[in-house]
Amino acid sequence: MSGCSRNEWMTVAAARLLRDKSVCFVGIGLPSAACNLARLTHAPGLVLIYESGTIGTRPQVLPLSIGDGELAETAAYVVPLPEVFSYYLQAGRVDIGFLGAAQIDRYGNLNSTVIGPYDLPTTRLPGAGGAPEIALHARQVFVMAKASKRSFVERLDFCTSAGYLDGYGARARGGAPGGGPRAVITDFGMLAPHPQTDELQLVALFADASVEEACAAVGWPLALADAIDTIAPPTPHELDTLRALFARTREAHACPVHLPLAPEGLP
Amino acid sequence: MFFSLADAIHDYITDGASVALEGFTHLIPFAAGHEIIRQRKRGLHLIRMTPDLVYDQMIGMGCARKLTFSWGGNPGVGSLHRLRDAVEHQWPNPLELDEHSHAGMAAAFCAGAARLPFGTLRGYAGTDLPARNPNIRSVTCPFTGESLAAVPAINPDVTILHAQRADREGNVAIEGILGAAREAALAAHTLIVTVEELVEELPPAMNAIVLPHWIVTAVVHCPGGAYPSYARGHYTRDNSFYQRWDTVARERDDFLAWMEQHVLRTSDHRAFLTGLTRADG
Repeated sequence: MSGCSRNEWMTVAAARLLRDKSVCFVGIGLPSAACNLARLTHAPGLVLIYESGTIGTRPQVLPLSIGDGELAETAAYVVPLPEVFSYYLQAGRVDIGFLGAAQIDRYGNLNSTVIGPYDLPTTRLPGAGGAPEIALHARQVFVMAKASKRSFVERLDFCTSAGYLDGYGARARGGAPGGGPRAVITDFGMLAPHPQTDELQLVALFADASVEEACAAVGWPLALADAIDTIAPPTPHELDTLRALFARTREAHACPVHLPLAPEGLP
Repeated sequence: MFFSLADAIHDYITDGASVALEGFTHLIPFAAGHEIIRQRKRGLHLIRMTPDLVYDQMIGMGCARKLTFSWGGNPGVGSLHRLRDAVEHQWPNPLELDEHSHAGMAAAFCAGAARLPFGTLRGYAGTDLPARNPNIRSVTCPFTGESLAAVPAINPDVTILHAQRADREGNVAIEGILGAAREAALAAHTLIVTVEELVEELPPAMNAIVLPHWIVTAVVHCPGGAYPSYARGHYTRDNSFYQRWDTVARERDDFLAWMEQHVLRTSDHRAFLTGLTRADG
């Protein structure tokens, strides 16, 4: 379908990677949109876990924060946060973890902590959150990030979450339980690790993107897979479902909130 | 047991104390944070997984010397500009960071609640965090020889929570998204809880989250005390406030003017909320 944005294409491409009944640890933003799109299309049994402790949540609208009431109200159940990280994630009960980052390197290591030196950064970013242990324990990690030479870098300013470390099996030798970043969905297509070197290589392009565009957007010499697939454009059903989700979300977020102010004299 | 908010903050928060205002997106004790700012407490070691707007405000108003945290952004919006200014430019004063992941901080709160010296997890592997934080170390399992990450227990001098209700004995019931609120409460030396309502008796609920009266130091009746975060069953999160905060907090002067008008010049949380109904926020 023509006329869709690269953001929409990225979201649809990520959603298609999710198999029904998988257990997904979801972050806010594009990953949340992708997971809910998958749930509303081909994967109705997808189990979504948000780190706030909401498990099996089926939000009607996308949350602004990781702890919006919508996530709790539509959850199968809600558990304390330490349980999510210890009994579910660390215990190996999460199939897919979604991560974003300000910087990624060729081995899928991620930085969401600082730009510049740690002690005196030029830009202090929010930090780790759940990412280090999601990166460590999820069976597979999918990264969603827009590409530029500032974000897809030769060398991270700080390693917040481990991908394949220095490559060539370093992650596996270190004993990481999870499989690491199996796919990086970006705004020209998709990267995936080389089976021997672990280096991210171009494996698929959106139908309207080119190898030249991909190489120009990446800050290291981008390796190309032997065969580069074409990612089919969003179908009308995928795009309609995604746009309806965003429309519901905009409408819900525009509703004014009443201040919790009881009339004078009442308790 | 039952205090006004001003008295509870005055009596239990001393300059230099370690203080955890917990609640994960939900039930963030904003009213208590504002009262700490009004009483101009200084040198606090602030502890919170997600500093959120409440610590952005306290840091920008000069209450903090140190921050223990695991994710310091404005959820779904972007940066906490006052936290960034403190780290990037030491304004209004330098801020020491004790930085963790969520899993690490959860383990530290659990250890604190159990009065163990440290928490342990399979975490931080391959990251630069242990090199930057001496509080992230490793320990060898005495049974298997496996190396595990270790973090010291967090035992705040004071934990402050917001909850839906307390009964006449001071038992506190919380429902909805909890974060690490229960663990932070049980880890604290002093526990202050602000509540939406006081009831004669809590409804029976066998597996509910209840903080029993003998671990609660002070209960404060403070309706709306979590606004602009939310209290399930009472009011929803004001997402637009979080979006507007990005503009309010971006520049020092705008931030200080807003805090002066809405917090320093209001006498209590009710006056703060009333002021918002009259202003554009």
